[in-house]
Amino acid sequence: MSRLLERLLGRLPIGWLQLVHQRGRFAAALSGVAFANVLVFVQLGLMSSMGVSTLRPYQFFQGDILISAADANTLTEGGNVARQWMLQALADPDVVAGMGLFVALVPWDRGETDISLTTFGIDPFRADFLAPEIAADIGVLQVQDAAILDRLARGLTQEEAAAIRLQTPLSFESQGRTLTAYDTFAGGGGFGGDGYLLVSDQTFLSLFPARSSGAPDHILLRLSPGAQPDAVADRLKTLIADPTLRIRSYADAMDEEVRFQQTQRPTGVIFGFGVLIGVLVGIVIVFQVLSADVADHLREYATFKAMGYGQSFFLGVVVEEAVILGMLGFIPGVIAGWGILTLMARVTTLPLFISFGMAVTVFIGTVVFSALSGMIATRRLAAADPADLF
Amino acid sequence: MPDEDFSIQASALNHWFGTGEARKQALFDIDLRIKRGSFVVMVGASGSGKTTLLTLLGCLREIQDGSVILLGKELRHATPAQNVRLRRRLGFIFQAHNLHESLTARQNVLMGLQVKGHIDKTASDRAAAHVLGLLGLADRLDYLPANLSGGQKQRVAIGRAIVGNPDVVLADEPTAALDWDTAANVVDLLKRLGQARGTSTLMVTHDNRILDRADRVLTLEDGRLVGDEDRRA
Repeated sequence: MSRLLERLLGRLPIGWLQLVHQRGRFAAALSGVAFANVLVFVQLGLMSSMGVSTLRPYQFFQGDILISAADANTLTEGGNVARQWMLQALADPDVVAGMGLFVALVPWDRGETDISLTTFGIDPFRADFLAPEIAADIGVLQVQDAAILDRLARGLTQEEAAAIRLQTPLSFESQGRTLTAYDTFAGGGGFGGDGYLLVSDQTFLSLFPARSSGAPDHILLRLSPGAQPDAVADRLKTLIADPTLRIRSYADAMDEEVRFQQTQRPTGVIFGFGVLIGVLVGIVIVFQVLSADVADHLREYATFKAMGYGQSFFLGVVVEEAVILGMLGFIPGVIAGWGILTLMARVTTLPLFISFGMAVTVFIGTVVFSALSGMIATRRLAAADPADLF
Repeated sequence: MPDEDFSIQASALNHWFGTGEARKQALFDIDLRIKRGSFVVMVGASGSGKTTLLTLLGCLREIQDGSVILLGKELRHATPAQNVRLRRRLGFIFQAHNLHESLTARQNVLMGLQVKGHIDKTASDRAAAHVLGLLGLADRLDYLPANLSGGQKQRVAIGRAIVGNPDVVLADEPTAALDWDTAANVVDLLKRLGQARGTSTLMVTHDNRILDRADRVLTLEDGRLVGDEDRRA
């Protein structure tokens, strides 16, 4: 390592030699950087999982434009939309089809654990609005009280989920009715519910008698091939000039909800602060280590100053130490972070993982912030006065 | 005016410490010229101003009053960058060795070479080993300071000061931790450097045996240069 660094730096790797000379302090410093990395990875993992789980239900459907109530910041919130707006939207030459989408949380008493399933009521004859995996099985929903169940829902064992098929459906009570799941699809627990359930709009209205078939939660529109969703959405805003509505492309709806969840929701903000705290902890740890190291070597640094070494040399040594700490501290940090997120994912069924992009970002951030801490720590070098050496 | 024959020329040099009523003069009207290649010893009681003079001549303090021309460059009003560049042509030997604890003897000596810029690694390793060999440390090249005796550490510090072939060596009690044979060897080495490369040495010492080997002995008393004895004759 020394030889490699000497070749890279074109000088003795004093920073590295100083670090390995005090192995106890070096190990403590690496643990500190690793700890900060774990904090950042866990918080980033949670934030990313929030984004992934937010987008998950959007992936069940295929649409180009979403019409929602003005207060519908998420797919599961907000007021209803009159079905008449769908009919009006169909007047646009580029709108080829529309479907009302009903959404509500359905409780499922599982004995020891009660879970809530985000339930979508859809038109069972409109397979063209569904993702291929779900569209293939949509026929079963034509039966009253039939359902397609999320096999990754919290509280549902793998064995239970695997056993669900047409010949061996799973029946359960909810909202005073008996629902029967004939098939499954891959959803997963999120921050708002424990999983998903698909039923026909008629079954949905049976579960929620107060709801009206003329007022779904959202309206999904499909456009003719080649039509621009943003342009059509703009036209529809003119055609349906109702301020209580929100008309946007499906892609925009997804982006806006992710942004809302991460910046407006307390959980998203907390995760964001968690990342910030992780970064600050890392900066403070590296700064403390380097600052103490500079203080311990003031006399040697003063000697080097007397010999004619300039500020850039000292900056180079301290930044060398900082970058080494950042790089080597990252390795245990990413391993521990991966382990913790994997464990958390197993317990919560949230999509928690470290993506390659996340790892690269944290690595670069760790090295950059470590270097920044090192630069701050060099301020103590001003105390190294070579005139005091004689 | 700079004179090529002299490494150091100080004239009407005064220096004070502190400000206001606490201001105290440490050096009074020092006039001094040290020839290239000469081995000069400076003596004086503690507090006589020897160290202050060394730091002023070594560009480690700002010249307040008077003039110092070091290696042809006027130090009064010199910028910090100019001082740094000039210090690279000097060799400092401190009373405390001030070796870097994480570096081996050879690496500590190499620091005296690296300051001069990029030098071929093989050549610089060889130069460091050669100097340490001259100082009797050929078998201690890869020892850390913690594993060296006080005298050995001081010899490494001397090696660090001279490995870059400095134009001037400024030394403060460099032989205090050495036995006489080793101290004599160090003095001879510095004198040989003076003869071969024109390196001037200004050494503060209390060792009378070294006075006998000096070309010139300066005596400082209460900040004044009160004695200047030429011993070459």
